[in-house]
Amino acid sequence: MPKKTIKTFHVEWLQVLDERGNCDEELRPPLSDKEIQKLYEWMVLARAFDEKAFKLQREGRLGTYASILGQEAAQVGSAFALQPGDWMFPSYREAGASIVRGLPLKMVFQYWSGDERGSRIPQGQNDFPITIPVGTQIPIATGAAWAAKAKGDKIAVMAYLGDGATSKGDFHEGLNFAGVFSLPVVFLCQNNHWAISVPVSRQTRAETLAQKAIAYGFDGIQVDGNDIFAVYKAAHEALGRARVGQGPTLIECVTYRIGDHTTADDATRYRTEEEVREWREKDPIDRLKRYMGKKGLWDEAYDHKVALESREQVEAAVAEEEAIPPPDPRDIFRYTFAELPEDLKEQMEHLFGSDGRPNP
Amino acid sequence: MAQLTMVQAINLALAQEMERDPRVVVLGEDVGKNGGVFRVTQGLYEKFGDGRVADTPLSESAIVGVSIGMAAYGLRPVAEIQFEGFIYAAMEQLISHASRIRTRSRGRYHCPLVVRVPYGGGIRAPEHHSESNEALFAHTPGLKVVVPSTPYEAKGLLVSAIRDPDPVIFMEPKRVYRALKEEVPEEEYTIPLGQARIATEGKDNTLIAWGAMLQPTLKAAALMGERGIHSEVIDLRTLSPLDTRTIIESVKKTKRAVIVHEAPRTCGLGAELVARINESALLYLEAPVERVTGYDTVMPLPKLEQYYLPNAERVTEAIGRVMRF
Repeated sequence: MPKKTIKTFHVEWLQVLDERGNCDEELRPPLSDKEIQKLYEWMVLARAFDEKAFKLQREGRLGTYASILGQEAAQVGSAFALQPGDWMFPSYREAGASIVRGLPLKMVFQYWSGDERGSRIPQGQNDFPITIPVGTQIPIATGAAWAAKAKGDKIAVMAYLGDGATSKGDFHEGLNFAGVFSLPVVFLCQNNHWAISVPVSRQTRAETLAQKAIAYGFDGIQVDGNDIFAVYKAAHEALGRARVGQGPTLIECVTYRIGDHTTADDATRYRTEEEVREWREKDPIDRLKRYMGKKGLWDEAYDHKVALESREQVEAAVAEEEAIPPPDPRDIFRYTFAELPEDLKEQMEHLFGSDGRPNP
Repeated sequence: MAQLTMVQAINLALAQEMERDPRVVVLGEDVGKNGGVFRVTQGLYEKFGDGRVADTPLSESAIVGVSIGMAAYGLRPVAEIQFEGFIYAAMEQLISHASRIRTRSRGRYHCPLVVRVPYGGGIRAPEHHSESNEALFAHTPGLKVVVPSTPYEAKGLLVSAIRDPDPVIFMEPKRVYRALKEEVPEEEYTIPLGQARIATEGKDNTLIAWGAMLQPTLKAAALMGERGIHSEVIDLRTLSPLDTRTIIESVKKTKRAVIVHEAPRTCGLGAELVARINESALLYLEAPVERVTGYDTVMPLPKLEQYYLPNAERVTEAIGRVMRF
């Protein structure tokens, strides 16, 4: 009996705005001029934040920090598509997305300065604190989506992850669950090409990460991750489908980590300057700027104003953060359980010396 | 009042809590139509439907991970991990997320999750089906660890675990599942977490056990009682947080102690109990505290497990040693 093909698959690639700022107006998502400017402003703010965080770390005023440089479109475009009632589960390289969601800049600084109060996400913003162990947020996001579906809430959940996370067991388990139960969750993968020093070719032999969704029974799409229109469009449509019960989507945003893995890394050890230069030319902010220029939404005066306001916002956030008194050492204990058990109360007393002062 | 096995008592607790609170959902492998491999969830699927009693993919990390997300969103998941030997795949979710989301988010999120897991040896089960790994969880800050010893205890403790605002690892001694029946009230009752109970009062020594080890310990106490040595038996119930006070008060009274657990000896919970007794009751002791435990070896297959698991005889020998010292 001859073999026959019983299934074939395809993976779509989406680009709306090319590297020179040419836009496919038919594909362009229906964003108002004001919204387009807002996207630009968020990206400029995210970059200003990122630059400042890097400098503060070098000055010894901030701990280790994971830069988002180059990934502004992937983060801002996707987070902009979320609605306030939606839930979001970030990885550790998500400052841009978190800011768009409403997390005050000073809290992002606060967390990276080593103060856990920066992870106390404000009420009303349904986001989890960032996740350090790679990919482990994926099943949790899936669970929140399950709960939303069980309660009949018409919301969607977005889980952020990177290319490295697609090699983890939790990626498989989380996406598989989401597929089996047809849950309202969007997996937003930023393929930034590098997991510290390991290139994406060492994460998978698959040609795209998007195609992994096919095995879980739902759609995967690859988009130009430096094209904010493509990212927004893919995220907006996937979230819309999720909210009306049409199940999960995997979106692979092809982008690039321009900076080192973190401030503790030196990427010149494992990749070429030339590769970084090539990606700098695909810069997401420049691209939108060119488009906006053609449309009369951008000029030097506007740009100057946006840059200045962003810097001022960032500087104000730094000043505010650095004025926050250090946390109470009792905080180490306070949130272990709803009620502090006797043994922990006793251990908490050991924080203090006989003079009643904390004993570092 | 009905005479129930532990399986029936847990089943009753689950059914009643699901009835009482629509946020309570049960999920895990084979917990739905099959009613669980030990039949602990039998009848729940028929009663509450697929939406609240969900057969999941064979996926321990996601069973726990998904449950964390559900709990954070406002449900009260009761997840089943089929055997303790398979929970290791979910350790990252338990340690890195369930146990610390309250701390990490400074109280914005918390994780009211119960992970039910049958544990322990003595039922001639295959490899990886007979371990006693409670110390791993007790060593993880932010997790509560509860181990019932009898049907009555199981019902009252499980109800408390489900209502608790923090993650609870609820370890069910599979050896006790059907081994004994006792009167279990249909009516609601709870047994508070974090409180040990005195199973038998005595004046000559203190025996500390939990879960499946309670029965051989009680048997040893009875045997010694016939010889005029009266043991006080503490059923620890909750391993984290520990009820240090009950232990210390008893040891101060009896001046001798034996700890019984089926887990390996080194870094087993017994070591912590000895340390606490030394810290708070050293000068009351008339003998070094004895430990009767599993060995620091791989848990053997059924043909050798009787040599590994502590029994009444080993406990009586240890009692003899602390009394003669």
